[in-house]
Amino acid sequence: MKIAIASGKGGTGKTTFALALFLANSDRSVFLDCDVEEPNAHLFLKGIEKQKDVVQLLIPKVNADLCNQCGLCVKSCQFNALAMAGKAGVLVFNELCHSCGACTLICPTGAIQDVETPVGEISIYDLKGGAEFLSGRLKVGHSAAPAVIQAVKKHPSTTPYTHHIIDSPPGTSCSFVTSVSGADFVILVTEPTPFGLHDLKLAVEGVENLKLPYAVVVNRVREKDHLIKKYCAEKNIKILLELEEDRRVAEMYSKGGTLLEVLPDLKEKLNLLLSDLEDQVGANP
Amino acid sequence: MPIIAFPSAGNDENAVLDLRFGRAKNFVLYNENTKTFSVVENTQNMQANQGAGIQSAQNILDNNASVLISGNCGPKAFRVLNAAQVQIFFAEAKPIIELLQDYQQGLLKKAESANTEGHWV
Ligand code: SF4
Ligand code: SF4
Repeated sequence: MKIAIASGKGGTGKTTFALALFLANSDRSVFLDCDVEEPNAHLFLKGIEKQKDVVQLLIPKVNADLCNQCGLCVKSCQFNALAMAGKAGVLVFNELCHSCGACTLICPTGAIQDVETPVGEISIYDLKGGAEFLSGRLKVGHSAAPAVIQAVKKHPSTTPYTHHIIDSPPGTSCSFVTSVSGADFVILVTEPTPFGLHDLKLAVEGVENLKLPYAVVVNRVREKDHLIKKYCAEKNIKILLELEEDRRVAEMYSKGGTLLEVLPDLKEKLNLLLSDLEDQVGANP
Repeated sequence: MPIIAFPSAGNDENAVLDLRFGRAKNFVLYNENTKTFSVVENTQNMQANQGAGIQSAQNILDNNASVLISGNCGPKAFRVLNAAQVQIFFAEAKPIIELLQDYQQGLLKKAESANTEGHWV
């Protein structure tokens, strides 16, 4: 089962929750840090990096000897990744290229060749107790986040695991869509503030567009009744779990600790939660 | 004799310089040969949400300008303009006609490198 953990925006405790869910079930799951622009799970999981793979994309390279400077490639690029700089010829901005191949196709002189170019990397870590986790990292400034996310999700070392816990990038961008699509279930993490509600609504819209089953986890709950509860009741969205506001959690987090260290009782709850999801997904394949 | 380009929201020499090079609506051009002003639209590829500076730089080159007077220039646009040997001068948001005089009197500072990181300029 593939479970994507997402939120409309950063700072809701998405990663904290995703890590706890993983650690409570680390005997049967693998953790995928797909927040490739700012991966941070490795700061908390403290694994030993045992393998590093490069993620490559085909990016055009122009052979100046063959180029007649017709400019067709520049016009064909939808992503502003090419420019015709007078006598200097065609410039390629690797970080903007989406590897669509249009320029190579259109070039009348065969001056463009697609070359495998690194755009990011995937690290595979070993954890104490035999668990593993993967972390994708996009090269700074690159726009190829979806390619790196895909590569993490499809990495061969994820196959032995029953459950994939996918920490998705915040927002409702291309990267968000890439990391949640194909998930069997999406958990949206939010908090009971007006901002939290606003972002949750965006995230709900995102997962509903993708027609994925989802439910909500509310973090930093202070009062029994709150606006997320009201919204979820109106929309008939299930709240899987509420985590109470706890100063110790923030303290632990700032020291690089995890939720389970503060709240050991949570482990069993998260164990059950995963099993429940399993039943649910199994029942509605 | 060069053509000088000024990013602007306006259409003529009385308009003020637009400091956002990548997102400027127009370029007001001054031709030093004919001593006349003209205006071209800074058309942008709307599908792309990045690379506006590159596209603006391309528009400068497509209009044969060899001098750009601008409030800002990001690293990507700088790379394009520099490769094509366009001279860049930094300036403030003043009317274009005044900036032209400043330029002709050698008062503007020549850019040796990009001065912004953001991808919107
Ligand atoms: S492969 Fe596509 S995105 Fe990349 S430079 Fe060529 S046309 Fe642009
Ligand atoms: S399409 Fe080919 S020949 Fe034309 S400018 Fe581009 S690289 Fe050069």
